[in-house]
Amino acid sequence: MSGPNSTYDPVEVTPLHADSVASMRDEAVAAVDAAMDLDELKEVRIAHAGDRSPLSLANREIGALPPQARKEAGMRIGQARGAVKVALERRTEVLEAKQEKRMLAEETVDVTLSYDREPRGARHPLTKLVDRIDEVFVAMGWEVAEGPEVEAEWLTFDALNLGADHPARTMQDTFFLEPLDAGVVLRPHTSPVQARSMLSRTPPIYVVCPGRTYRTDELDATHTPVFNQVEGLAVDKGLTMGHLKGTLDHFAAAMFGEGISTRFRPSYFPFTEPSAEVDLVCFVCRGIEPDVRTCRTCGGEGWIEWGGCGVVNPRVLVACGVDPEVYSGFAFGMGIDRTLMVRHGVEDMRDIVEGDVRFTLGFGTEL
Amino acid sequence: MRVPVSWLRDYVDLPVDVPAKQIADRLTMLGLKLEALESTGAGVEGPLLIGRVESIEAEEHSNGKTVRWCSVDVGEEQPRGIVCGAANFAAGDTVVVSLPGAVLPGGFEISARRTYGHVSDGMICSSRELGLGEDSTGIIVLAPGEGEPGDDAIELLHLRDDVIEFEINPDRAYALSVRGVAREAATAYGMGFVDPAKSLSAAAPGAGYPVRVDDPTGCDVFVALEVLGLDATAPTPRWLAGRVRLAGMRPISLLVDVTNYVMLELGQPIHGYDRAALGGEIVVRRAQAGELLTTLDAVRRELDPGDLLITDDTGPIGLAGVMGGQSTEMGSRTTDVVIEAAHFDPVSIARTARRHKLPSEASRRFERGVDPTIAAAAAQRVASLLVRFGGGRIAAATVVGSPVPREAIEIRTDLPSRVSGVEISEQASVEALTTVGCVVTVNGDHIEAVPPPWRPDLSDPYDLVEEVVRIVGYDRVPSVLPVAPAGRGLTPRQRMRRGVEISLAGAGYVETLSYPFVGDHDLDAMLLEPDDGRRMSMRIANPLSDEEPLLRTTMLPGLLKTLARNAGRSQADVGLFELGCVFLPAAGERPKAPKLGVERRPTDDEIKQLEAALPEQPLHLGVVLAGQRSPAGWWGSGRFGSWADAVEACRLVARALGLELKVVAGTRSPWHPGRCAQLLVGGTLAGHAGELHPSACKAFGVPARTAAAELDLDLLMHHAAQVVQAPRFSTFPVAKEDVALVVDETVAVADVEQALRDGAGELLESLRLFDVYAGEQVGEGKKSVAYALRFRATDRTLTEVEVRAAVDSAIETAAARVGAVQRR
Repeated sequence: MSGPNSTYDPVEVTPLHADSVASMRDEAVAAVDAAMDLDELKEVRIAHAGDRSPLSLANREIGALPPQARKEAGMRIGQARGAVKVALERRTEVLEAKQEKRMLAEETVDVTLSYDREPRGARHPLTKLVDRIDEVFVAMGWEVAEGPEVEAEWLTFDALNLGADHPARTMQDTFFLEPLDAGVVLRPHTSPVQARSMLSRTPPIYVVCPGRTYRTDELDATHTPVFNQVEGLAVDKGLTMGHLKGTLDHFAAAMFGEGISTRFRPSYFPFTEPSAEVDLVCFVCRGIEPDVRTCRTCGGEGWIEWGGCGVVNPRVLVACGVDPEVYSGFAFGMGIDRTLMVRHGVEDMRDIVEGDVRFTLGFGTEL
Repeated sequence: MRVPVSWLRDYVDLPVDVPAKQIADRLTMLGLKLEALESTGAGVEGPLLIGRVESIEAEEHSNGKTVRWCSVDVGEEQPRGIVCGAANFAAGDTVVVSLPGAVLPGGFEISARRTYGHVSDGMICSSRELGLGEDSTGIIVLAPGEGEPGDDAIELLHLRDDVIEFEINPDRAYALSVRGVAREAATAYGMGFVDPAKSLSAAAPGAGYPVRVDDPTGCDVFVALEVLGLDATAPTPRWLAGRVRLAGMRPISLLVDVTNYVMLELGQPIHGYDRAALGGEIVVRRAQAGELLTTLDAVRRELDPGDLLITDDTGPIGLAGVMGGQSTEMGSRTTDVVIEAAHFDPVSIARTARRHKLPSEASRRFERGVDPTIAAAAAQRVASLLVRFGGGRIAAATVVGSPVPREAIEIRTDLPSRVSGVEISEQASVEALTTVGCVVTVNGDHIEAVPPPWRPDLSDPYDLVEEVVRIVGYDRVPSVLPVAPAGRGLTPRQRMRRGVEISLAGAGYVETLSYPFVGDHDLDAMLLEPDDGRRMSMRIANPLSDEEPLLRTTMLPGLLKTLARNAGRSQADVGLFELGCVFLPAAGERPKAPKLGVERRPTDDEIKQLEAALPEQPLHLGVVLAGQRSPAGWWGSGRFGSWADAVEACRLVARALGLELKVVAGTRSPWHPGRCAQLLVGGTLAGHAGELHPSACKAFGVPARTAAAELDLDLLMHHAAQVVQAPRFSTFPVAKEDVALVVDETVAVADVEQALRDGAGELLESLRLFDVYAGEQVGEGKKSVAYALRFRATDRTLTEVEVRAAVDSAIETAAARVGAVQRR
């Protein structure tokens, strides 16, 4: 190695000669390109771009040159080192890409492995169906009303024009709570919520009342003593049976599909007059020949019984403090369990009430 | 109500070829709902003819059986030879013969066949073979004059008929008669209607069997008509018995069949008394306490002072309008009868039928309302049929009382339009009301209608509207969507309830909806002490099962039974939840609900009294879990659910409501005494969670180590934040410090944590327990708890000195409060 020089002697500083710089550069670039992986490249970097690499060592010799020669030599070395650096960067990129590719190949897993590690949960289909029903009515500006399941007889029967001797008041249908003269029952329908709505609100009233109801039926494939109803009540000026029909047509279409409409048949309920049974067009066969003949959903009728409805009996309005001279109303009621059975092809009521997780998990989606 | 179509055709001229289904469908749209349609004799094919037996040769065969080789004239040139096994006929009798090629009910095909040495060229038929009933032991022998050889027996015996069964609503009592159904059928087809009651002459009032009505409110009309010198053993004519049978009643004897026939025809229940068994005047009165009556069904009944009775000198002889008594029953030896046709108060009959659990054909009609004007005509109808088929003569009639005339109901002419939304003219309304039998007059802009006597259900203006719209057609009601005023959407409580359900479902719990019925055995299985508040429950007076007469005060029995059912079906790894109300009666005597009228709105005070009679019904949440929460798999081992999952489920629910639960150790049945957490919100106890007591697991039949939780959701929702304030957080660097403390093993980590939080001050961002260790290194009766603390200030990067000071303060506070010693 030469020390700083004050006298110019080109022969003594051969490493700075153009030819030798070029050869050092070429050697370095060749070594870089020859590196096959990042480890080799690391060694090449030390050998050809490190502190003790030929180019670094040559760089130190620049000080030995006479000042007028330093600039040129410096440029020459600098360019060579730059070329090596570029080669290293390029090679690094290539080798990193190569290594990543290999690593990704090695990390391949069998993505078909099952991962049933977290327990599955679900809300009950009845709960979800109630949500769905609520949404249909809330979207129309109706509100969802609620009331207690153990209810006063007056609100359950008397206020709804079911007088003391009405068959529905007997022990055959309704669960009575002890003592009998306390006037308290397990509500056999959600209608007391209608009475409560009229007593606590002022018209116009548009409420839908889903809820749990009780009747003294033994559990079998089509009956359950504990079931769910949804009732609707509208009280406003000028309401007619036509508005009732319009509401139920909309409800039926929302629940069973576009184009599914309803049919009214004369019927009897103490709390409505006129009263009607409401059937809906079979949403499977739509009552169209010849499919209707073999349709299992409607049994070949083309219609499915859905619920009861009617114009609120003025006697009910009076008992609930609504002036029948000013307001009229309509009401309807459907079994939610029955709607679930019809809509989803549930064949046995017991599946709905027994709480077998396979039933509920099978409805794991939005209804 | 079962109606043979042929009977219907007696009173209304229905188109000849109209199928029964169409009749039924049209009547359904008028409010008489088709329940079932039955075609009797649908598969029967001729030739099925009337024959006269000309000669009989009895032949004894080697198998010991006697058969009869008969020559039968069936209206052909030559008589036919037929082998018959029955012996209840003689030469000269008229019988029913099926010839080869005929098909009998059940698809039984007749052919000529060789038997007992003859070719039998047909079959002499019994009632059973023709589907006319099971009771006949031999073949059918027709009465003289019923038919001639060669007549078509299918027509003669009414073998083919359609029977429509209707479900009759309680307001359409008149349709519990062929008369009433025919009236609707006439309306449905726009055909004329012949009222069978109109063509009858009423029994003329005179001095008949003595009758006194002591309770004219209970009985406003009573007709007693005597028929004397009857032959009670005379057969019921085939057509009449056939109609009674098709209408669903069993033919019994002429006397019974005729009374039933007239009831089916006119809707007027009839009772017949054996006159010889009657003692003195018939008196209609209320029962006296302690009186007894043995009814026709051979049940001895203790009578209630509310029961309306038919009595004679001997005492009660019938429950008026419900069932007759045994002592005056008509029998085969009866020659003189007293026919009763009366009109009773519907409410009285309904109460008696319910009181004695004795619904009868009569009570079903009386409690819904019978036409009070036809009693005398119906009695006369019965008498004339009896005399016609059983001989004897009609004696005098006694008629007591008369029906109250109906009053007119007035409606505004436009009311039907305003209620229905269909444009209905005054003329259309008048026509519709006239069709249903009203006497209608138009009075300016009002219509006045006097309802017919068979329509006791028509009492209000809106009743008339229903009749008008029904006749105009419900299918003409337009579909118009009403526009409700803007609503407020779901209530916070409704939204929160959904949020709780969705959180639990997302966390792997399955919702169930169990019955709220429990029994003492459930409360015992819950290990409840005798004085546990949850034993104070409401009792159902008429439970489905005597085992479960109580309403739940806790969600757990229902959930645990559902869990056991799932486990029994080999689904052992299960987590369930249920939201529902529990029923908590107030301590002491519950106030009774006031009996309020319906003529006006109850006052606010009266409504409060109604509410006071009800129990508290808070919404509760129950959670149960058993087995593995996470199964073993290729990823590693599985994890069994535990008390901690139950507590975490509650924390999850609280978070869904924007709340933090405070957890402290507690004891409560049915939980494991050392693994039960009390859950508090805002200082109030909101529920419990933990592992179940092993005895409770055993009692409910659920897997060992089942965990459970129950929360008062209404309480939680009451505390829930309505509007959550946005969190504020610092973006300066965090300083992390881990701290390990040694405490007595009885110290609750929640207390350690609270001490650390309080000591660390407001620079503490978060604190997390990452290890609990007990063992030699920390000494007997001790445990080590290790926390990761994170500190951050909102306005600067914290210095080491600041962080050190906060950590030291935290440790000092823990040392002071729970005796914690820092582990180094």
